[in-house]
Amino acid sequence: MDVMIAARGLSRRFGPIVAVDDVSFDVGRGEVMGFLGPNGAGKSTTMKMITGFLAPTSGTAEVCGADIRADPVAAKRHLGYLPEGAPAYPDMTPRSFLRFIASIRGFGGAEAKKRIDLAVERLALQNVLEQPIDTLSKGFKRRVGLAQALLHDPEVLILDEPTDGLDPNQKHEVRALINALAPEKAIVISTHLLEEVDAVCTRAIVIASGKILADATPLELEARSRHHNAVRIDLAGDVRDAALSLRRLPGVASVEEADDPDGTALLVFPRAGKPILGEVTDLVRTAGWPIRTLRVERGRLDDVFRSITGG
Amino acid sequence: MRGTLVIFRRELASYFATPLAYVFIVIFLVMAGATTFFVGNFFDRGQADLQPFFSFHPWLYLVLIPALSMRLWAEERKSGTIELFLTLPITVWEAVLGKFLAAWVFSGIALALTFPFWITVNVLGAPDNGVILASYLGSFLMAGAFLALGAALSALTKSQVIAFVVTAAACFLFTVTGLPVLLGFLAGWLPAGLLDAVASFSFLGHFNAILRGVIELDDAVFFISAIALFLFANAIIVELKKAD
Repeated sequence: MDVMIAARGLSRRFGPIVAVDDVSFDVGRGEVMGFLGPNGAGKSTTMKMITGFLAPTSGTAEVCGADIRADPVAAKRHLGYLPEGAPAYPDMTPRSFLRFIASIRGFGGAEAKKRIDLAVERLALQNVLEQPIDTLSKGFKRRVGLAQALLHDPEVLILDEPTDGLDPNQKHEVRALINALAPEKAIVISTHLLEEVDAVCTRAIVIASGKILADATPLELEARSRHHNAVRIDLAGDVRDAALSLRRLPGVASVEEADDPDGTALLVFPRAGKPILGEVTDLVRTAGWPIRTLRVERGRLDDVFRSITGG
Repeated sequence: MRGTLVIFRRELASYFATPLAYVFIVIFLVMAGATTFFVGNFFDRGQADLQPFFSFHPWLYLVLIPALSMRLWAEERKSGTIELFLTLPITVWEAVLGKFLAAWVFSGIALALTFPFWITVNVLGAPDNGVILASYLGSFLMAGAFLALGAALSALTKSQVIAFVVTAAACFLFTVTGLPVLLGFLAGWLPAGLLDAVASFSFLGHFNAILRGVIELDDAVFFISAIALFLFANAIIVELKKAD
């Protein structure tokens, strides 16, 4: 794996507050790393340090081999960065803004035009190119910010909440774009939307109070959920007797009523996350319960997130 | 330095993207005219020179330059664009220099648009155009020093209003230290060496020296070193405060 981003013991204090505490990780080509954590966990601060905006109190980061403290300009050349809130100059139009970014990144003439056209097409900005950025909707502003980050086709993309403020269609498009770019690049996104981790990330780092609490694939994280391999069963009738019988099964740890408007659904939790579908279906068949639905839960990221971050 | 040029162009264009440029230029020209003709008694003096015109420049700059410099960094910090700006592959020096040069050239454009005064005195009489040229250069250098000071102070805050007020106050200090009234007052309190030091930091003193018609090397060097010093401070303040 080519390591494209290497964070080495990054720490940052603001006075007495330790915002980021000894954070280290590698991101390689083809990886999309999701940075997860509650608000104020240190996600943005870590990203600001990797992109060279904020000097670390200790530690450093390398972007494509260039140390962000020793050679910031070289590191920044390899980087596309969408800061939190997608700031852009309000008086400029997307076209003049992207021209400015192109020329500061060293593209001129036909090359600049080609790159701007490609970025505009990828983010569907054609119809707003001549409007002041000030007058654009939140979704368009975010897309202008993304266009700016992608313009020079960087090897490393750092996107701070790339889909925040977008409607469901736009979210889907941006995620599709990230997935399309992923094989060639190393991408870090921060988010607190767990569905986003499922949709785009190959790996997730959970951070809270400035410390890394988990670094795993989304599947591995889901396996930590108490819902992992739980069985949800929706009965057509009364559930109390069924709950009692289910509880007696050897593999079952507990049975709870699921949140369901009719109150007819049960969640059956396994012991130690072991599959219990076989036992449950055998019981259902012998007891002859009329069932509406029966499914195995994958595990819930928000569960894991809450239990890891202690919320 | 390519980065400086790109930033310079964007910043200069941004002045003209809003009404700011036109408001600034119109007010500058109106005030320059008003002070020259009404306060400076341009006609009554019966002399073909631009002394009354130039002698009010420090006082015009005192009010107008902070309006130009206040947005340079405070606006970037307030809107968060500084995070985008300073994660582009440029050094902080290129950024500081590009912004300053754009503001300075803009003030130069406003100053150049006062050329009708120059035509007027040449129609009315035979002024010493060498003195006028030296005075224009001196005025431009002084505007640069005020701007560099304002740019550094603008990086200290997110509020353009605070940047304006603090810059106006600082410009006022750098101006009045050259006033005979103040120096006379201080003469009773300060030792002569210190008094000379205070007077030598005055923009007004050096500007008035230039208005006499010769750009002495030390007056030009004073303004250029003031610009360099304030821009150096500007870069350090940006580094320290950008992420606050």
